[in-house]
Amino acid sequence: MNREFLSVDNMPFCGGCGHRTVAQSLEKALGRMKDLNPLDVVVVTDIGCIGIIDKQFKTHTVHGLHGRSTALAAGISMGLSEENKKVITLIGDGGATIGLQHVIEAAQRNIDMTVIVHNNMLYGMTGGQPSGLTPCGFKTPIMPEGKPMRGHDLCKLVHAAGAPYARRLIAIGDFSDVIEEALKIKGFSFIEAMEICPSYGLKYNPTRKLHEIAEEAGLEIKLWENKIGQRDDNSYRHVTINSLFDEIQPLEVNFKSDFRGRYSLLLSGSAGEGVQSAAELLSKAVISCGLSATKKGTYPVTVGVGFSTSEVIISSDPILFTGISSPDAVIVVSKDGLNKVKSSVSEMRQGFLYIDSDLNAPETKAKILSSDFRKPFGAKSAALLALLLFLSREKLIPVEALSEQVKASGIGKKIDIEKLLSCLKD
Amino acid sequence: MKTMSKRFIDGSRIIVESAVRTGADIFIGYPITPANLIYLYASRRFKNVIPAPDEITTLQWMAGFSATGKIPVTATSFPGFALMVESIGMAFMMELPMLIILVQRLGPSTGTATGSAQGDVMLVNGVNSGGYHLPTFCVSNFEDCWKLPSAAVKTAVKLRTPVILLTSKEMVMTLQDFDTDSLEEIKPVEREFYEGQEEFMPYHPKENKVPHFLHVGNPRHQVRMTASTHDRKATLQHSTQEAISNTKRLREKMTENLKDYTYYDYEEDGNENLVFSFGTTSLASRDAVKILRSNGKKVSLLVAKTLFPIPDDYLRIITKHKKTVIAEENLTGQYRELLFGRMGKNEVRGVNAIGRMIRPEEIVEEVKR
Ligand code: SF4
Repeated sequence: MNREFLSVDNMPFCGGCGHRTVAQSLEKALGRMKDLNPLDVVVVTDIGCIGIIDKQFKTHTVHGLHGRSTALAAGISMGLSEENKKVITLIGDGGATIGLQHVIEAAQRNIDMTVIVHNNMLYGMTGGQPSGLTPCGFKTPIMPEGKPMRGHDLCKLVHAAGAPYARRLIAIGDFSDVIEEALKIKGFSFIEAMEICPSYGLKYNPTRKLHEIAEEAGLEIKLWENKIGQRDDNSYRHVTINSLFDEIQPLEVNFKSDFRGRYSLLLSGSAGEGVQSAAELLSKAVISCGLSATKKGTYPVTVGVGFSTSEVIISSDPILFTGISSPDAVIVVSKDGLNKVKSSVSEMRQGFLYIDSDLNAPETKAKILSSDFRKPFGAKSAALLALLLFLSREKLIPVEALSEQVKASGIGKKIDIEKLLSCLKD
Repeated sequence: MKTMSKRFIDGSRIIVESAVRTGADIFIGYPITPANLIYLYASRRFKNVIPAPDEITTLQWMAGFSATGKIPVTATSFPGFALMVESIGMAFMMELPMLIILVQRLGPSTGTATGSAQGDVMLVNGVNSGGYHLPTFCVSNFEDCWKLPSAAVKTAVKLRTPVILLTSKEMVMTLQDFDTDSLEEIKPVEREFYEGQEEFMPYHPKENKVPHFLHVGNPRHQVRMTASTHDRKATLQHSTQEAISNTKRLREKMTENLKDYTYYDYEEDGNENLVFSFGTTSLASRDAVKILRSNGKKVSLLVAKTLFPIPDDYLRIITKHKKTVIAEENLTGQYRELLFGRMGKNEVRGVNAIGRMIRPEEIVEEVKR
């Protein structure tokens, strides 16, 4: 097999561009890896001068969006199941800036790939703007006085994120041995190649040498290592269930109801007091009577505090529209709950308001029925007790249908349903 | 006594089960309300689930997985989708199959996380620079939550493209009784990989305008992919004839194969009135049609499930009727505008609302008006 990985003739870069030097060393490094063939390698590039190198490669190549090549390559690396593949990202300092998050993420997860950042300290393709990696004082066409603040030390960032291998080098001469070393790392390896862009960098900083620039900026030319170990396998395969349907018990129809039509109910209380689960149990009870039910919950984004309101629709026909225009009954078991549904209650022209006796019912045309929901067994049983009282009065479905659902659920262990039922007899 | 057993279930669960059974093999998640249930169920059901640090990374990772021959899925809502847009364009251009579930909530911007809406129609319509549609399906009930994710995955593979499944908070978070046992069995998607001996041309189209697929990393042929304007070999081109016809092909492969992925429900009842709807609002529309018919009114019903590209059938059906009422839960009637422009059309009316579901009675009234 032809083991040429990339053709280094006729490269698309300006004369003297450091990208060329990196490409030459990369080709040499790949060539030295005896067990590796071009089709074992996926090169991922993106926007910027370095991105146009992709047609030189005889490997698989993917050319994506500015700065995203590290993330794209990470996806490729995670998706490849074969061991011997090499995924290489070639990116500029501009790309590394826009995609900083992707580089850090890949380092932290120790994704099996090599990222080579071609750091010529500016955006070459668009006319020499400074990037996040441009060091303080480095001059570019739009900042001829030099960049006023320092740039990222990418190697240190990547190292801090946990990369096993991060190395900064000056991209002059042959450094294929270093690239080979990086490619051989199982896991995430990172090379920052310091270059100068003759078209913009050299023009504005004519007297400066690369190693001086690096030194002045405190960018050490060295290797940073982390011991691998936490995870050398970045796959996420895990134990799964065979069907999401099997997780929920089908509901048998073992009760009877003579209810015909559609009935809608709002159950409103406080978060953490079992409002949603009570509404769900009621719905299941309804289904166990051969009727249809829908249930939705409304609560603030912080699910553990404030109101918790549930809408339940009960119907003898299949339910299509799942909204409630005007509820037939509103059950309020706490002050939070009352605040939430006050305006709906005021707008009611008919129907029933079941309200805890400690609360003041708002002005409404609904018939007000005041009872103790919280007092007998505490806040956590209030919603359920209210529903039991509601059912015993409205007789939409037998009370037993609900108590059966309570017993069958985990709540049955926490709440003594018999005690709650005994309340109905008073 | 009836013994039919039903489950008390939400649409999210059905959607995830459908996607997995069809062969989607990796879920990449970034949490956002109201798409969280999909993420939660996916974490239990997909054999490979990866939490991503943001939605840009999500889409890029998905593209990476897709390039290696996997079928990735994610679920998000507008704020997350907005971050994905550039990368969706990339995946579209590279022709990478994947499924993006967009759960609509009330906007603009972060709007109301738990508010229902159908406000992302225009957004999805214009997701690509240049007006290139992604196949976009919209679930209108629990049966669709079963059928459409599967159809979406199959379309993604068949057309080598990202596909959008549009839904909304009300569909994926409401619990309802539903008979899962009598759902039709889902056949897993069959994938074909290029097996020819000749050089693999990643963007050389077959007769149906879709190129063969072969994954990066395979040991037989070099595979090249790119998001920039390119020829059949994926070599960057400025605007050569070959490259431009490749770009045009991206639209043609969607429109010329549209028949294969056109889904809608149509009940014809005379040619006087038509109620047209999609997504959650189609449930209210179905109720409205029932009410109208029980009052002796003749009224047809069209529920669109393939939203984009817009199938010609919809225009044909609308034209057949003297009066059409299009009900959608957004401020301006986005789909209506896409069908008829700002000029509208005589006897095509809209029923619209934001911040609440459209009620059947409103549709009834508009038909009677
Ligand atoms: S503009 Fe600069 S970075 Fe771009 S190819 Fe020329 S020398 Fe290299």
